[in-house]
Amino acid sequence: MNRITDRLGKQEKVLSIYFTAGYPNLDDTIKIIEALEQSGVDMVEIGLPFSDPLADGPTIQHSSTIALENGMHTDLLFSQLKDIRKKISIPLILMGYFNPVLQYGVERFCKKCKEVGIDGLILPDLPLNEYQEHCADIFKKYGLINVFLITPQTSDTRIRQIDESSKGFIYMVSSASTTGKTSGFGPEQRGYFTRVSSMDLTNPLIVGFGISNAETYAMATEHTKGAIIGSAFIKMLNSEGISGILNFVNSIKR
Amino acid sequence: MSYHVNEQGYYGEFGGAFIPEMLYPNVEELRQNYLKITSEASFREEFSSLLRDYVGRPTPLYFAERLSEKYKTKIYLKREDLCHTGAHKVNNTIGQILLAKRLGKNRIIAETGAGQHGVATATVCALMGLECVVYMGEVDIARQAPNVARMKMLGATVIPALSGSRTLKDATNEAIRDWINNPTNTHYIIGSVVGPHPYPDMVARFQSVISKEISEQLNEKEGCHSPDYVVACVGGGSNAAGAFYHFLDDENVGLIAVEAAGKGIDTGESAATSVLGKAGIIHGSKTLLMQSPDGQITEPYSISAGLDYPGVGPLHAHLYTSGRGEFISITDDDAMQAGLELSELEGIIPAIETSHALAIFKDRPFDLKDIVVVNLSGRGDKDLDTYIEYFNL
Repeated sequence: MNRITDRLGKQEKVLSIYFTAGYPNLDDTIKIIEALEQSGVDMVEIGLPFSDPLADGPTIQHSSTIALENGMHTDLLFSQLKDIRKKISIPLILMGYFNPVLQYGVERFCKKCKEVGIDGLILPDLPLNEYQEHCADIFKKYGLINVFLITPQTSDTRIRQIDESSKGFIYMVSSASTTGKTSGFGPEQRGYFTRVSSMDLTNPLIVGFGISNAETYAMATEHTKGAIIGSAFIKMLNSEGISGILNFVNSIKR
Repeated sequence: MSYHVNEQGYYGEFGGAFIPEMLYPNVEELRQNYLKITSEASFREEFSSLLRDYVGRPTPLYFAERLSEKYKTKIYLKREDLCHTGAHKVNNTIGQILLAKRLGKNRIIAETGAGQHGVATATVCALMGLECVVYMGEVDIARQAPNVARMKMLGATVIPALSGSRTLKDATNEAIRDWINNPTNTHYIIGSVVGPHPYPDMVARFQSVISKEISEQLNEKEGCHSPDYVVACVGGGSNAAGAFYHFLDDENVGLIAVEAAGKGIDTGESAATSVLGKAGIIHGSKTLLMQSPDGQITEPYSISAGLDYPGVGPLHAHLYTSGRGEFISITDDDAMQAGLELSELEGIIPAIETSHALAIFKDRPFDLKDIVVVNLSGRGDKDLDTYIEYFNL
């Protein structure tokens, strides 16, 4: 079994946190993951920084720029994560853009992921057809779950296709936006959450984009399995540092 | 071998649509409709009458006698600099705005480097009464001030791109982010043969009027339908794609793509993608791309804002790797001299982008009998400040 599907099989809702590896400091990766697990976070998305993150707003763009300036790169991240499974048991997902993976070599990248204990990947600019044609077999070989995104504009037919190709969960982008853009959910988002959750999909839904506090977390998870927080967490890291993680997580999960 | 796009949106191994799911509905809508709409009689009629009456097509194919004499070959200049707005870019923006209207879009966004595409987009938006937002790198805003003013006069909002190198690549990132945030009412007019499928093919088709006219005009002047060589500068590669288009499958026509070497290929300040790049993904397309070993996109450099791009359209990546195209890189200095030379010999001040294409004659010999068509993609008015500073005029 994969740690992601194990965790999703449990009753409780899932709080997942995204952070950019190498930010604020190059060697914060392990400290942040440890603090997140100790604070009761259910799943972690480790961002592999990219020079041109198209789907991200200013907060994650900035953290990626700083992380790259700090010297973060693919091999360094894998070496930082080398012993992560001696300490950490929650599911870990790598999130990044496809070009760094392509340059590393898709198979070599997946093999490394398996070695260090990564459970899944989110690559927003790797579309469904390219994944199926060029990557699906490799991901399967190394036991990695690929996570696809859907948005309020995704048609029901395509949501069903994505559901069929997914083995873990579907990343439900809350609104048409880049990350960190929206705050709060209106009737349009709530309608979208109910509409998709009533489609009786095989995979659970986890909502991302626009979740920043207890209120939005509760709203997002009312009809879905869980929610992902990224930009709001990075802003908190920026002001409070790693010691602020426990309070932040408590404030969301209260 | 085919040099045209296949059903999956690929030119050989290059192309595709590597886009986040947020853009899928928009790009898919275009993919399903672009061939259908652009082949409708009413579209073709409106497109060609605007190209004729508004843009001023056909543009002349001018025999450059003094330049030919100097370089001992027969040089023709395809005068895209005489298009309304001063460059070939408007061929594409006319096509795309007609398409956008038929798709029911009421807001247009664009990226721009030198500002030529921004001006061409702002122009057609004014013509059609549509809202226009242009993203432009902060560095380019400073070095292309006249074009910024033109866009503003035409009613466009110019938003500075403040990330990365603050040039064309970053302006494109910002335009894509805008599209993600405005998925239903907005059409993104990409200015070059880059981006996810179907953009490279769509833009090449709109620009292909250039090579169609070259062929017809050569027939009048020389009694032949094709030249021995077509020469064009390549940033993303739209003027080159248009100038090459009807000759792609005719192996007797040499296709010469001229890239910006900047301060020199090995100086770290260059934009010569075919030499310095390897296959990767930029702006939704798999293509040749300047990047670190780790897959981070590197900052290009060229004195010319329009060539200052770390990638190249997937068609050109395919022309390069298949050997169909001959790729030459030209430094800032050689380009500037060639711009001055054309001004002095022919009375035409070219855009600095175009000057790169003109600079190949110094070191690339042609036969006396060769017919060489250089696509004179733009005029130099926007570059006067750079010329003034460089030559202490």
